[in-house]
Amino acid sequence: MREFFHRKLERSAIGFVLAIIGVSAIGGFVEIAPLFTIGETVEKAPDMRVYTPLELAGRNIYIREGCYACHSQMIRTLRDEVERYGPYSLAVESKYDHPMLWGSKRTGPDIARLGGKYSDAWHVAHLINPRDVVPQSVMPRYGWLMRSELKTEDLGRHLKAQRAVGVPYTDAQIANASSDAYGQASPDSPYAGGVSERYGEATNVRAFDGEPNRLTEMDAVVAYLQVLGRLTDAAQKQAAAEK
Amino acid sequence: MIAALTIAERQRAIAISAVLALCGFAMTIAGSDTLFAVHGAIVLLFSLGCIGLVMSQYFAPEPSDERLTRYYDDPTRVGIVLSLGWAVVGMFFGVWVAALLAWPDLTFDAAWASFGRLRPVHTSGVIFGFGGNALIATSFHVLQRTTRARLPDQFSPWFVLIGYNLFCVLAASGYLMGVTQSKEYAEPEWYADIWLVVVWVVYFLIYIRTLQRRKEPHIYVANWYYMAFILVVAVLHIVNNLAVPISFGEAKSYSLFSGVQDAMTQWWYGHNAVAFFLTSGFLGMMYYYLPKRAGRPIFSYRLSIISFWGITFMYMWAGSHHLHYTALPQWVQTLGMTFSVVLLVPSWASAGNALATLNGAWGKVRDDATLRFMMVAAVFYGLSTFEGSFMAIRAVNSLSHYTDWTVGHVHAGALGWVAMITFGSLYALVPWMWKVERMYSPKLIEVHFWLALAGTVIYVFAMWNSGIIQGLMWRTYNDSGTLAYSFIDSLVAMHPYYIARTVGGLLFLLGAIVASYNVWMTIRMSRSQPEAEAGDADLPVLQGAALQAGE
Repeated sequence: MREFFHRKLERSAIGFVLAIIGVSAIGGFVEIAPLFTIGETVEKAPDMRVYTPLELAGRNIYIREGCYACHSQMIRTLRDEVERYGPYSLAVESKYDHPMLWGSKRTGPDIARLGGKYSDAWHVAHLINPRDVVPQSVMPRYGWLMRSELKTEDLGRHLKAQRAVGVPYTDAQIANASSDAYGQASPDSPYAGGVSERYGEATNVRAFDGEPNRLTEMDAVVAYLQVLGRLTDAAQKQAAAEK
Repeated sequence: MIAALTIAERQRAIAISAVLALCGFAMTIAGSDTLFAVHGAIVLLFSLGCIGLVMSQYFAPEPSDERLTRYYDDPTRVGIVLSLGWAVVGMFFGVWVAALLAWPDLTFDAAWASFGRLRPVHTSGVIFGFGGNALIATSFHVLQRTTRARLPDQFSPWFVLIGYNLFCVLAASGYLMGVTQSKEYAEPEWYADIWLVVVWVVYFLIYIRTLQRRKEPHIYVANWYYMAFILVVAVLHIVNNLAVPISFGEAKSYSLFSGVQDAMTQWWYGHNAVAFFLTSGFLGMMYYYLPKRAGRPIFSYRLSIISFWGITFMYMWAGSHHLHYTALPQWVQTLGMTFSVVLLVPSWASAGNALATLNGAWGKVRDDATLRFMMVAAVFYGLSTFEGSFMAIRAVNSLSHYTDWTVGHVHAGALGWVAMITFGSLYALVPWMWKVERMYSPKLIEVHFWLALAGTVIYVFAMWNSGIIQGLMWRTYNDSGTLAYSFIDSLVAMHPYYIARTVGGLLFLLGAIVASYNVWMTIRMSRSQPEAEAGDADLPVLQGAALQAGE
């Protein structure tokens, strides 16, 4: 009888290595590669804007503190989720998210559409001690955000790296990254005007942490939370069209 | 340990450590006042420590060629100790973060001590610290025994083991300082990722060099799994971590992928980290230590072929079941669900193969807690793979996703399968490695077994309850057609289960401490008694020093 073919394969280390690589490569290739080539994968949203330097800094603090471990940013296409959180998330909404923060667990609620839902003051109080505003909350306190000055001198490099991975930041946006970060949280300063000029009139320009003269990490985080779900209104438009 | 290295190997160790120290120094300079510089300092101190260690015995006499007639087990011994150390650390952080969800102020008013920074220390500590070190330690042992060839040299295994632990240290210290790229189970930043690639390539080379010199014509099934673990983890790690750093003097980087493509890549990685790190590697462990301890051959050779190739092929399709009902195109979701369900076949083939191997040895399972650890591990492997296939079905996933049910599922696998098979294997391995007849205290193994089992069952039941209640509360409507519960209502309902989960985790941690004490006392026992014959036929079957020929 002919030898069972696997007996032969077992006698060749290199053959076995190649077989493992070949067999394991198929699945990932079939599922991932087309996502880059099929146009419908990501919807078109001409009004989509990029994060301002301050919002990007806030997003990086969100990542640093591991917020994604308890908060998702992905509303599924289920009735109860749409009623609880708002229109379901579209792929285009995280088009500029390197990396994405869809999350995998909701110890706290989804925050894909958090922007504009609460006041800045509520967010500041909530971040300093969540139990002051939501007595049953188990969220950690983030008091040090208010105590730490935001580092801004490296923001130009951040925007440059973002552009290298595909986010369309302009030269002017990169050159003014640090001053735009300051201006967005100091509405009365001379730097404030450039922010709406470069990122659009709808951009929030406010003293997010309530202290216009200091640029803190709290400013950045609140600026980020207030823009969640507001970079484009593609999802709201789609929801209206479906009705 | 150092005395067993040849002078050339000692010099190589010092040279490579010196290069690494220079890298650390360069990082310190380039990073000026950033966290990158702190990591540079850690690399520098770590490599200086390695140099000091080698220097302390640099002038010891060279080992004789007689060493080549024996297997090289020093890295395995150190790996076992490191693995248990990480187990206690990682599980301690696990109990802490579990407690924080029940009592959120049980911490310090400092950034490093907040839930979001502690949690990855727990996940990386147990997966990479405890699991990874156990895999490296056992793979070196199994590789030599099943090929009847000595490791190709005495330096590269140390490079892998020590280098890997440097990666773990960079990862854990980074999280506490806030260095993370937020990709779950791939949090370390670009420089740590590059370092792991270097370590991993050497690991692969050790494997292939040893296999090429094997005295057995056939490669044993345990090695198929260890090889799949090494190869596929390398591919996953490299692709998922592609990123552009903001400069070569700063820790922060931005992922090459964004949005939906990034999500798919991340969960292709994430689910296959489960498949090839936490399943494939530990199946390798099971296929050696379980039959060895039971004294019975593997039940079916053909079943092991089916399950191996089934797992290797199908797992790679399953990642998209983490993204049901999201913005990921539905065709990918459907593919992921389909393959996840079919995956039950190879998974149960492995679990069944393990349990059928125990036929005729059930008396041993009853009397020997070590073998019982392995038996229970196979049962939990079967249970959690069934649960996994079930949860991958879209309709089920609509309830389970985002809830504690997922956490419970992961821990059924991590505690019940991964940790149990590891503890069972280590209890079998430790007496062989330290040349004593048995562990210091079989009673303590028994105590550990019941602590671990009780801890796992309490944990998993708590999370099943909380997850399903959560999922149901989120989707319950009242008579007027509006949602019945606010989010905070569901959180309040979790409180008793979060306490129960903390208790379950604490029992499991106590078990790991008992195990560490038992292993430590076994090592001490081995020092105080004259070298006895090991209780197992684990002694070398090497013939002559020709084993290193061709190297």
